[in-house]
Amino acid sequence: MTVRIERRLTQPRWLPLVVPLGSVAAAFVIIALVLVATGHDPLHAFRKLFLSAFVDNGALSATFVSATPIAFTGLAAAAAFRMNLFNIGAEGQLYFGVIGAVGVALLLDGAPGSVSIAAMCVAGAAAGAAWGLIPGVLRAFGRTSEIITSLMLNYTAGLVLNYLIFDSHSYWRDTKSPSAAVFPQGQAIPDAATWPFATIHGVSGGIAFPLGIGIALLVAAFLWVLYRRTRFGFEVQVIADSPRAAHYAGMRTRRKVLAVMCISGAIAGLGGAGQAGNFDHLLDPRSLQQQLYGYTGIVVAALARYNPFAVVVMAFLLGGLKNAGFALQGADFPSGLVGVMQGIFLFSVLGGELLVRYRIRITRSSRAAAVEVAR
Amino acid sequence: MEDSAANATAAPGGAAVAGRPAIACRGITKRFPGVLANSEVDFEAAEGEVHALLGENGAGKSTLSNILTGLYRADEGELELYGQPVAFHAPRDALDAGICMVHQHFRLVETFTVTENVVLGDHRDIGRSFRIQPRAVERRVAELGARYGLAVDPRARIWQLSVGEQQRVEILKALYREARILILDEPTAVLTPQEASSLFETLRTMAAEGRTVIFISHKLHEVMAVADRVTVLRRGRSIATQQVSETSSRALASLMVGRELQGSESPKREEFGDVVLSVEGLWADGDRGVTAVHDVSLRVRAGEIVGIAGVAGNGQRELAEAITGIRRARQGVVRVDGKALRSGDPRAAIEARIGHIPEDRLHTGVAPSLSIASNVVLKSYRDDDHSRGPLLRLRVIGERARKLIHQFDVHTPGPQVPARQLSGGNLQKVVIGREFTGTPRVLIAAAPTRGLDVGAIENVQTYLRDAASQDVAVLLISEDLDEVLELADRIAVLYEGRVVGEVDAGEATVEELGLLMAGGART
Repeated sequence: MTVRIERRLTQPRWLPLVVPLGSVAAAFVIIALVLVATGHDPLHAFRKLFLSAFVDNGALSATFVSATPIAFTGLAAAAAFRMNLFNIGAEGQLYFGVIGAVGVALLLDGAPGSVSIAAMCVAGAAAGAAWGLIPGVLRAFGRTSEIITSLMLNYTAGLVLNYLIFDSHSYWRDTKSPSAAVFPQGQAIPDAATWPFATIHGVSGGIAFPLGIGIALLVAAFLWVLYRRTRFGFEVQVIADSPRAAHYAGMRTRRKVLAVMCISGAIAGLGGAGQAGNFDHLLDPRSLQQQLYGYTGIVVAALARYNPFAVVVMAFLLGGLKNAGFALQGADFPSGLVGVMQGIFLFSVLGGELLVRYRIRITRSSRAAAVEVAR
Repeated sequence: MEDSAANATAAPGGAAVAGRPAIACRGITKRFPGVLANSEVDFEAAEGEVHALLGENGAGKSTLSNILTGLYRADEGELELYGQPVAFHAPRDALDAGICMVHQHFRLVETFTVTENVVLGDHRDIGRSFRIQPRAVERRVAELGARYGLAVDPRARIWQLSVGEQQRVEILKALYREARILILDEPTAVLTPQEASSLFETLRTMAAEGRTVIFISHKLHEVMAVADRVTVLRRGRSIATQQVSETSSRALASLMVGRELQGSESPKREEFGDVVLSVEGLWADGDRGVTAVHDVSLRVRAGEIVGIAGVAGNGQRELAEAITGIRRARQGVVRVDGKALRSGDPRAAIEARIGHIPEDRLHTGVAPSLSIASNVVLKSYRDDDHSRGPLLRLRVIGERARKLIHQFDVHTPGPQVPARQLSGGNLQKVVIGREFTGTPRVLIAAAPTRGLDVGAIENVQTYLRDAASQDVAVLLISEDLDEVLELADRIAVLYEGRVVGEVDAGEATVEELGLLMAGGART
């Protein structure tokens, strides 16, 4: 008996919908087994997970905090992956977005809020785009793998962050306040430059929508139009599907590589601006590097199958999962178990994607017959 | 067909054909979507003989060898090995049965040594044991090399070897596994003449020991030089099996390309317009950096069809790509209406209204996962009719696609169907329809009917004639001599990247062209 994995020639219409639902169901079953084995009540845990992610007082606000940066990095990844350009560098591009946005906010001390916020968006996007352009140029002109270069540049960007706060008296470092004398920290941006929240009162203790998530939705709409309705998007689709056909049709592939890396980097950088403006209010190398927003964004993009609106939805769900994890852990529920649950979720859903494109065939081999004759 | 039965049993003539049949196919049929690759092929190779499989590209040689080596399964027909029926389900089954294949593109691990490559995948004792004993294997490899004239250092790494040496490693692999039947797919394509003749000696030695060598080729002189018997394939069918000692290059050439010529239906034009496409001293490199197009000059007048005949791999693809800007020319100029095109820029050719039906339809001619509509505007999406500013006019594009589907009778549920779901003939209609839009000045058609069924072939040929009658300059590149003879007004033969002969279609004979194509009359 042999088991083969074969590429599907045709996909039934229901498949892309049924597979993820099946994967989630499978994940619940596996998690339930793990929970029972470790002596927890699975139903209780699932209930608590759901409530603390989306229902409890302040739950949605906290979920948005987790979801906003990964919505941006997810969009950044999706924008590049659409052209089979594997930009793994949203992490570093986001760092540079923070550097750019915080720098401009500090520079424009005293300016009105709207001016500061607009300038932060532009500066964050520009810094992210510039950082993303490095692997883009190398790929377009040097034929290097953008996967490797963009990944390595993440570490470089992390070192730049550390240098700006810990190893130098840079513009971004707080050198005045008393606490900064004890431990190096970033300088807070002026109050006028902090990004607002839109708050809905009355529902589950008030829901605060950060400005960032609104901008992420605009970016998603922009990407949707760009890839569905424009000549640029058409070229990207052709290049992704068959570079040879693109060349044959007279498309300028190099320019597209540069442009897509710029767009992808700019979106990640915009995410950095939102992170600084909405939540951090300063350049904080430690927390940025612990969160792994860029890498989570890749997962988000994959789950959303690169559909920009689905990216935002997936970021919201993953943000909820992350947020609920904090609520779930406690004396009787170790944080490691929360990690296991989140891992099983992602593993099942991403693993299930394989079934959309491939099918598994089990055949009985009658090889023995052939061998017999030969001997 | 009667020949094959008679020759299989008797072995007259000087050739030392002995032994019982080693491998036999009976009525092998293999279909691919839209293509009949093998149709009731009968073929038999005996122990101790070198048996050539001769045929043009697309004649079904590769499909047959893939069936023999277990990569494909025949839809119909039987396979016999030493008189016993067998069924291969996977390449491994064929390997276990002692059938090895040397592919045109080698299956070697570049960073491994010769010995490591020889052992790799061999699942008998040594290959399977945890520790490989290199000494013993090395000795065996050296021994085999000496015996069969396959000199190669067992410790050398593959990337250090020349192409000829790499091929020896492939053969050593087969010998090490004690293959009894060796299939070589176009083995001389990558060899110098000296290497080729040394290969032939090796093959003769192997046959003399009672092994069976199946030698796939489209080069007549090689078949004459090395084979005992030859089976000719044409359009998926086995046409004849003959003793090499009892046949001639000329006879084989006409068997290979087919004799049944139909007179062209419409009288060909006598008068043509001005020169539209002129190619002057064009040189271009192939993918491996070797010269593929060698100082080619051509002129095509308005309304004229110039055929480029030649066996596949003699620079046809590179020539088409160099003319259309897909490949950068090393030297030389391409002019349309006297105006030189920027080399290496497909957009320049598109703007000069050169239509191009590429050889590789599925990956060059279309973007296979995109819709028919997208593929219809693959080149014209930049035009004002199809876009407004940066935005595409999707409704107009859909309309355009529907019109093309109707006009060229493409069988499909609708314009949003991905191109890859079309059959070969329908896909070709989409490509042709697109290239005809806006009446091109020049049309380069590369193997436009390859792999299509009879009805589709007729359609394509009609479109080409129509184009010519509308004063388009047509360059038809095809390995199908019948087609070239039927359609073209003038025929140039390409061999090893050079134009080795140019004849008027009215005066050409199949035999003459066949010999030119096989390099028989190199000037």
